[in-house]
Amino acid sequence: MEIILSIAIGVMTTCGVWLLLRPRTYQVIIGLSLLSYAVNLFIFGVGGVKTNVPPILDEVGSAAHLADPVPQALVLTAIVIGFATTALFLVVLLASRGLTGTDHVDGRSDRK
Amino acid sequence: MIDWTHHLIIAPILIPLVAAAVLLFIDERQRVAKAFVSLAAVLLLGAAALILFGIESGPNAFEGAYLLGNWASPFGIVLVVDGLSAMMVLLTAILALACLVYSLARWHAVGAHFHTMFQLLLMGANGAFLTGDLFNLFVFFEVMLAASYGLLLHGSGALRVKAGMHYIAINLAAALLFLIGVSLIYGTAGTLNMADLAARIPSLEPRRLMLMEAGAGVLGIAFLIKAGMWPLCFWLPTAYSAASAPVAGIFAILSKLGIYVILRLTMLLFGEGPASGFGSTVLLYGGIATLVFGTIGVLASQALGRLAGFSVLVSSGTLLMVLGVNDGAVSAGALLYLVSSTLTISAFFLLIELVERGQDAGANVLAVTMEAYGDGEDDEIEDGDGVAMPGTMAILGTCFAACGILLSGLPPLSGFIAKFAMLSAMLGTGSIGVPPTAAVWALSVLVIVSGVAALIAMTRVGIRTFWTSIEGTVPRVLVIEIVPVLFLLFITLGLTLQAGPAMQYMDTTIRTLSNPKAYIETVRGATIVPGPDHAQLGEGKGG
Repeated sequence: MEIILSIAIGVMTTCGVWLLLRPRTYQVIIGLSLLSYAVNLFIFGVGGVKTNVPPILDEVGSAAHLADPVPQALVLTAIVIGFATTALFLVVLLASRGLTGTDHVDGRSDRK
Repeated sequence: MIDWTHHLIIAPILIPLVAAAVLLFIDERQRVAKAFVSLAAVLLLGAAALILFGIESGPNAFEGAYLLGNWASPFGIVLVVDGLSAMMVLLTAILALACLVYSLARWHAVGAHFHTMFQLLLMGANGAFLTGDLFNLFVFFEVMLAASYGLLLHGSGALRVKAGMHYIAINLAAALLFLIGVSLIYGTAGTLNMADLAARIPSLEPRRLMLMEAGAGVLGIAFLIKAGMWPLCFWLPTAYSAASAPVAGIFAILSKLGIYVILRLTMLLFGEGPASGFGSTVLLYGGIATLVFGTIGVLASQALGRLAGFSVLVSSGTLLMVLGVNDGAVSAGALLYLVSSTLTISAFFLLIELVERGQDAGANVLAVTMEAYGDGEDDEIEDGDGVAMPGTMAILGTCFAACGILLSGLPPLSGFIAKFAMLSAMLGTGSIGVPPTAAVWALSVLVIVSGVAALIAMTRVGIRTFWTSIEGTVPRVLVIEIVPVLFLLFITLGLTLQAGPAMQYMDTTIRTLSNPKAYIETVRGATIVPGPDHAQLGEGKGG
């Protein structure tokens, strides 16, 4: 389970970084999205990978049978904020496309 | 200490938040009403910051912890005010007042929602200065960044959109690094409360400590991007010079926010104990590289905006380098330098727009810079209403000279005093008392050379702008545009005259910072307020 999770995080981070360094704005935003998925999974994994345990301690439960609720709360906040900033970035990207007529990150025209 | 001053701790966050919400309900066409609400909020914020600062600089200074939602300390989120955060909040309020008044002349009407974003930026910055919780720091930081994205794009135009896109992309990447760092710290130490974290570090086993340090390092990179440490700084001059004048003026505090967090975390987490001195080498060499890069940039800048942008880097580099030296007396001088340089750079950004107004956008700029600036850029804005300034060129020239003196650290203004305090502490009267080594000499020379470079660049630009101006047109400058610049410059003058008390305040602040136990005790010892529920329960039992 941990292996699969870490491979998934690694693959997404790799793809994300590569795309982030590409010259097209569309690639950059996909790269940023992939990176944020990887980071969200990473935060999730920090609490330990457990299945079928509640995040709330009841009267008979022990700490071993508890999924840490804090990373879940963190990941929720991170998702919301990441979503909002990605949406904002999309708007800027479209504005840039409209103003320069190209989707190059520096607004340069395409080499033909 | 449960009186109204205690609740004042949260005021710098609540006032801008409420103002931003109210501003959203006012129609965009009612500019006067919007401006009035915004100005009132900033004045109120200034008053709150002034009272907090007054308490902190008074004889019975305290480190106040404010429990949000009345949750007990390591579980809930705390706000903490101490000398450093009170000072930064006051500095933010001063810059906000100047930039807001300046923007009322014309800039606030150029695009939608300027005042709302401005207030949210203030809320995020104040929250980041006051919070005592790492994840909360992330949230406030994001609030501030989201507002800054909007503000950078304020006024639109191809150049701003391009610079804004780079700025947003790099800050989104930095936010992801921030998250990785925070979650690594949580995974190893099991807490995000800064005081609790500092208390737990000594008892961490070495294996976990290593991971914790890795997390702190990743977290630090996110803030070094904000502070503009070389090689993470190439976005900064472009973004700052592309922003409209009042926005660039308030952005001067954002790079200092990065410095603030680094200072706070290194002093709190890595001041003593097993992890002491972590990262100071990186700060030292990174600071040196930034200072060198900034100095070269200042000398190479053709346009005033870029010159100011590189001055931000020089200021950041000096501060990071001094934080890397990590000596109490030197750091106290650095704090004074931080305040002085923030005020100067903000005033300079405001002034640049006024000086350049009379000129053709690229008349005396080389073709190379023209390319970097993008062609076809025209932000023709209608002349604002109001009284035009008499004797414009004389006053602009005087302000420009004052900025030059402050940036290069010449006597008699506060730039000199701050640099003198740092250098004299470095060169012998430092706490160690050993004669300065070659490395210390090298650092001092670097600081002085950066000042000389600023002087050369400012003189060159000044001569070109004020003495050999070909067109000879006098820009039309309104009184409410020049008053904020004068206001900021007069504060640096005040800092010069009150240098003794100011230095004493910085000294006390650094001494409190280097004793994290007091901070930890304050946060851990904060007790929840017994609410009406408790009282009723008690009564119920009694009856």
